[in-house]
Amino acid sequence: MALYSDKVFEHFRNPRNVGIIENPDGVGEVGNTVCGDIMKMYLKIDDDVISDVKFETFGCGSAIASSSMATELIKGKPLAEAMELTNKAVAEALDGLPDYKMHCSVLAEEAIQAALIDYYTKKGLEMPEELKKAAARAAAHEE
Amino acid sequence: MLKTPKKKMYIYADNAATTKMSPSAIAAMVVTANEVWGNPSSLYTTGQKAKEALEQARKNVAQIIGAQPREVYFTSGGSEADNQALRSAAAIGAKKGKKHIISTAFEHHAILHTLKALEKEGFEVTLLPVHAEGIVRPEELAAAIRPDTCLVSIMTANNEIGTIQPIRELGAICREKGVLFHTDAVQAVGHLPINVAEDNIDMLSASAHKFHGPKGVGFLYVKKGIPLTNLIEGGAQERGKRAGTENVPGIIAMVTALKDAEAARETTAARLTVLRDRLIAELSRIPPSALNGDPVRRLPSNVNFCFEGIEGESLLLLLDDLGISASSGSACTSGSLDPSHVLLAIGRVHDVAHGSLRLSLGDDATEEQVDYIAAQVAQVVEHLRGFSPVWRDLKEGKRQFIL
Ligand SMILES: Cc1ncc(COP(=O)(O)O)c(C=O)c1O
Repeated sequence: MALYSDKVFEHFRNPRNVGIIENPDGVGEVGNTVCGDIMKMYLKIDDDVISDVKFETFGCGSAIASSSMATELIKGKPLAEAMELTNKAVAEALDGLPDYKMHCSVLAEEAIQAALIDYYTKKGLEMPEELKKAAARAAAHEE
Repeated sequence: MLKTPKKKMYIYADNAATTKMSPSAIAAMVVTANEVWGNPSSLYTTGQKAKEALEQARKNVAQIIGAQPREVYFTSGGSEADNQALRSAAAIGAKKGKKHIISTAFEHHAILHTLKALEKEGFEVTLLPVHAEGIVRPEELAAAIRPDTCLVSIMTANNEIGTIQPIRELGAICREKGVLFHTDAVQAVGHLPINVAEDNIDMLSASAHKFHGPKGVGFLYVKKGIPLTNLIEGGAQERGKRAGTENVPGIIAMVTALKDAEAARETTAARLTVLRDRLIAELSRIPPSALNGDPVRRLPSNVNFCFEGIEGESLLLLLDDLGISASSGSACTSGSLDPSHVLLAIGRVHDVAHGSLRLSLGDDATEEQVDYIAAQVAQVVEHLRGFSPVWRDLKEGKRQFIL
């Protein structure tokens, strides 16, 4: 059968870093209920390192697994590394996603970027180029 | 985290998708393959034995649906029967310059996609609304029929929400106006009483795998005098209207299953209706949620709910872990971007349509199974709502409840 890889199933059944962070340093929400997936990421940042991350997701099995895996990949990592997380890396870490589910990994990447953008904006810090581009893409999405 | 049930049960609750073949249908299939394997078109005894079995099967089907044997055509299933019925009626209409077809917004894709193809060929299609209750209103059909209407096609029972249409009344309107009436009865045959004569039906599609027969076999009933258009050209099988050496073992197995289903129909329906209503009552205790489709005019086996704040695919996967096979109208399970067209047709918005669950009970369902299903659905919905940002927003008043 194998609708998904064992890794996807494992993360879906036992998602890591589920929940919220009170007073997060950055929070990002992407997706909408029309398309059927919403991901929300909460970040705690200390000394330019992601000291904690939590997520909430409304979506299918691969959306939940992608969120879970994405949080694992950035937890304890420096900001510079976190903002370079790609959807491909998330999908690969999950031993692959079906083609028509790749958008779930994209959503995970975007949710993390949205949370980082929120952090830089709230702090009044200059955003790195990497994030500026992501912010521009997100703004284009909104329209 | 989900609790492992004290006693794990395995429950197949997706009988609208397909049913398990009955032991008698399997036995009939094997016996036929072993003993009646000739080609019904051959003139020697081995062939003629197959021909006899085939014609006996046709008689049995005809008798069960109130038709003449020559009005029954065996097909490869419901999709083929639907395609052929629509194509045939369209060809008849086109000859008379009538190119308007009426159907409904919540038909199976075998109907809707054929209508789309006919539209490209110059037909005009009107899809009647089915309203919140999932039922066509006869007066709206009467009002939609035009002088150039050549066909009305309305399903007997819907495959997702199980709602039953007033077929006899709809058929009577078509008769009165002289328009051909087809019904996709794939979900109804073997489960609901059907008599093509009394119900004013001109064409009817059925599929064996929905009543414990094999997959890949079905039939099309066509009232005498309505010329069929071939989808498959070739030999003279099925009165020249459907070429290909007949699937004799499949057809015999189908008829065996149909006879069994008919014999048990009323008792099964009565028993399932009680269980269905019990399950509906139990699932209503997981608010905000709502039953999809009319609570009474629905198949005895069908329960379909929307749960707000969760998504259907994750619900199905976790139910599978707990031993329950079910289905959903969420986009993620359909492989498309939109949730089920049926749920949209009864007015469910995308947000809640994604959180739908269809449970279609088996003939052997028990009270214990229904209670197990309700308990597991409750715990899975609660688990998923527990980390759903949508649910948080609903609870915190940042988002309006829809259900
Ligand atoms: C209402 C309805 N029509 C048509 C079909 C298609 O039947 P089949 O699978 O035999 O082609 C189905 C079953 O999937 C159905 O539920």
